[in-house]
Amino acid sequence: MGIDYTERIPNNVDLAEDRRLKRALESWQPRFLQWWAEMGPALPTQDVYLRTAVAVGREGWAHFDHVPLPEYRWGIFLAERDTDRRVAFGQHKGQPVWQQVPGEYRADLQRLIVIQGDTEPASVEQQRRLGLSAPSLYDLRNLFQVNVEEGRHLWAMVYLLHAYFGRSGRDEAEALLLRNSGSEDSPRILGAFNEETPDWLSFFMFTYFTDRDGKYQLGTLKESAFDPLSRTCEFMLKEEAHHMFVGTTGVDRVVERTAQLMREHDDEDVRKYGGIPLNVIQKYINFHYSVSLDLFGGETSTNVANYYTAGLKGRWQEERRKDDHLLTEAVAVVPRIEDGRLAEARLPALTALNADLRGEYVADCVTGVNRWNRILVSHGLDPVLYLPHVGFNRKVGAFAGHHVSPDGRVLAELDWEAAAGRWLPAAEDKTHVLSLMRPVYEPGKIAAWVAPPRSGINGRPFDYEYVHL
Amino acid sequence: MSFDTDPGRYRHLRLEFDGDVARIVLAVDEGAGIVPGYDLKLNSYDLGVDIELHDAVQRLRFEHPEVRVVVLTGSLDRVFCAGANIRMLAQSSHPWKVNFCKFTNETRNAIEDATACSGQTYLAAVNGTAAGGGYELALACERIILVDDGSTAVSLPEVPLLGVLPGTGGLTRLTDKRGVRKDLADVFATRSEGVRGRTAVAWRLVDEAVPRSRFEQTVRKRAKEAAARSARPDGARPVELPPLRPDGYAYSTVTAVPEEHQVTITVRGPEAGDDGWLLRMTRELDDLILRLRTNEPELGTWVIRTEGDIDAVLAAEPGTDAWPHGEIRHYLKRTLKRLDVTSRSLIALIEPGSCFAGPLLELALACDRQYMQDDPDRPAEIELSHANFGDYPMGNGLSRLAARFHAEPGRVAALEKEQGRRLGPAEALELGLVTFAPDDLDWDDEVRLALEERAALSPDALTGMEASLRFAGPETMETKIFARLAAWQNWIFTRPNASGPEGALRSYGTGRRPVYDRERA
Repeated sequence: MGIDYTERIPNNVDLAEDRRLKRALESWQPRFLQWWAEMGPALPTQDVYLRTAVAVGREGWAHFDHVPLPEYRWGIFLAERDTDRRVAFGQHKGQPVWQQVPGEYRADLQRLIVIQGDTEPASVEQQRRLGLSAPSLYDLRNLFQVNVEEGRHLWAMVYLLHAYFGRSGRDEAEALLLRNSGSEDSPRILGAFNEETPDWLSFFMFTYFTDRDGKYQLGTLKESAFDPLSRTCEFMLKEEAHHMFVGTTGVDRVVERTAQLMREHDDEDVRKYGGIPLNVIQKYINFHYSVSLDLFGGETSTNVANYYTAGLKGRWQEERRKDDHLLTEAVAVVPRIEDGRLAEARLPALTALNADLRGEYVADCVTGVNRWNRILVSHGLDPVLYLPHVGFNRKVGAFAGHHVSPDGRVLAELDWEAAAGRWLPAAEDKTHVLSLMRPVYEPGKIAAWVAPPRSGINGRPFDYEYVHL
Repeated sequence: MSFDTDPGRYRHLRLEFDGDVARIVLAVDEGAGIVPGYDLKLNSYDLGVDIELHDAVQRLRFEHPEVRVVVLTGSLDRVFCAGANIRMLAQSSHPWKVNFCKFTNETRNAIEDATACSGQTYLAAVNGTAAGGGYELALACERIILVDDGSTAVSLPEVPLLGVLPGTGGLTRLTDKRGVRKDLADVFATRSEGVRGRTAVAWRLVDEAVPRSRFEQTVRKRAKEAAARSARPDGARPVELPPLRPDGYAYSTVTAVPEEHQVTITVRGPEAGDDGWLLRMTRELDDLILRLRTNEPELGTWVIRTEGDIDAVLAAEPGTDAWPHGEIRHYLKRTLKRLDVTSRSLIALIEPGSCFAGPLLELALACDRQYMQDDPDRPAEIELSHANFGDYPMGNGLSRLAARFHAEPGRVAALEKEQGRRLGPAEALELGLVTFAPDDLDWDDEVRLALEERAALSPDALTGMEASLRFAGPETMETKIFARLAAWQNWIFTRPNASGPEGALRSYGTGRRPVYDRERA
């Protein structure tokens, strides 16, 4: 083939010397590029001002340049190895971490990696048409940065499958490209990743709420006793932080613009001035937050308990927790609904680890809402945004099949359905938001429904030509 | 525990009808387990779910003569059926687990029997992941159509996840029914994540893998093809199966009287003019067997008697398979097979006034021993008919007489000539049809001693011995399934590696890993 894979694929896994891995990637890489061409961004571009990871050190990681998208160098990076690292939890606690997959845990580890890997390309597919309605070149660039990094995260998972799981790993790597978001015949594994991201408000909400779920999942895999997985996830978390940034500041700027319009016109209904009303923003929060809570799985899960005991998947910030890291005797309290009322159940902590992770996530989500309320207050408005009750609009877990209002009341199905339009984006809300989605590709200009960012990327000004169309 | 239900009371299944195609849709109600302590998540099943499936399979044959194809499918988005509920198994006693497995196996066999004997072909429309007992349910169907979406798999994860074997014939049907190569079956049965799509077809685990967009259309096409092959009669009238309404263990034709360690079951022959007797007796006996097995595990000996008129019994069975007689014959065949695999000592008492003739003589032949009273004043008699020469085969494919005289086929041929006349005790003994023929003076003591002696023996040894002796002759898929369940699975179930405090079955779902004793036994 004569392709220099070390040049094409920046890496710190000694790819040049690994014949087995090279063979696997040689057949997979063309399929990845084909997938990118078919399912990646729909808007044609010449090049985009992107950050490319070329090494794991601080400097190698912050390499910026204009790059044609298909020529982006998707690399394979693992965080630096800690040669003294020990398993921090479960029945292997205190033993050296594993550099190879133990046969006993092959199926479970492969499953965890496949599920994580399946979400990465899914979001690229969900967001592929957003470039056609970008509010500015700055936002367009951020979208593509998120997309190529999700693509790199797919690479990271495929690397693990290729390098450590033999034939069945290669089969699974191929299947990651065969499933497609929203496809009737071969949908993505998790339901939330089969919904199209139709507009930029949804995109900001997705990167705030749903990518944040990804952050927490990666955080638990970073604790894994399987060291290559741990190191891969540690590096991915750094990139995930940028996606959170896009979401947090994206919603910031929508709220900011809405607040400006409300003050300017002294009118809550900013639709007629080309803005997005606060109650519509709230509905989008309600939707994306509740759907993302479902991604954590049921409140009780025996699989997750097994993963923990085996050392495959830990808790968020496992090593900072002050307990025995075995949890064989510990008890956890999880919410449930009993006789139509909210109640609590005491369960073995091992089987309630999904609820534990969800709790960490919820606390983190609160910070965003506080931040958006501070923007409102700075404009002299009331801090009205909130997170709905964890039981609201849930399809998975203890609240599935029940009808909980955003303020935490258990309702009859008919009552809930009658009020749903006030809580979740209704057809007219979506139509209004979509009507605002007109592309703005002129450097330095921005759509009227969102405020410009406070600063540009990598020290560049807002009017920098981030994307050449 | 009652096995009597009807579609109006189902909580876990939906029956849908479209011309000659019926659909059984598994839509298990999570919160409606038959005993407390577990949730029936992901279309997993317990005895309550299987009682409904048993009822549905039975009713489709009698109440729906128009149905030629039955599509078995799931109501959930991504899961067809997750198999037997693991928490239910983990909290159940050993006898409960075994009895549950036996019953579920009998229903899987009944699905195959409907396909083979009743022109009702079962198709598995596997529209989501089928794990363990879920895949075994599909294996009982004539054809398996799997959705090919890159995620949906079929699997038998019992060995890797639970440290036990698939409990409803999964391993045997892989190799013997579907012809899966043993090395691939070995990989399949140890790979917890299972096998998807094209590979599942290549390994013969399923018949076809179809994209979701063409799935329903393909299922309909296969249903039409199977319906066209069916020999089910046109325009037949449905036969209703009304509720049985027993009073305790007293039914209209069958009564059971429990005593210490044993139960006496009396089957009464038809009264004059009772046209519905054979079907009603079969249903009542079937229900009684299931209830005694489930509710009376300590009644280790079943004494089987009959009362009535021999001619009336013989007249009740017309010897034709015209609708609905064929269905009734196959139903009694399945009920007699239940008796064959029942883990109780079965003793037939042939007394004056009894009516062990034709189909009811099969009851006596199914027993481990036959005692016939020899009273010169009141002669006990039996009579052979065509029913005893192949109408009611055992699981090994032989008639009970052919199995009884496995090494002497000439005796069966000779017995065929004895049809149509009454046989007294001496003659029955001479022909080898009964074990003992005590005279009226000895009868009470002989029977009492035999029963008391039996009750004193080890129940486990008796169960194993009886199961070993009942099935002389060739193995079939059916006998292999029951034999392996009884031997291997029951052994594995009770070993510490499965059910010890650190065993796989007990630790499943707790987050603890099983600890195995590495010694091979």
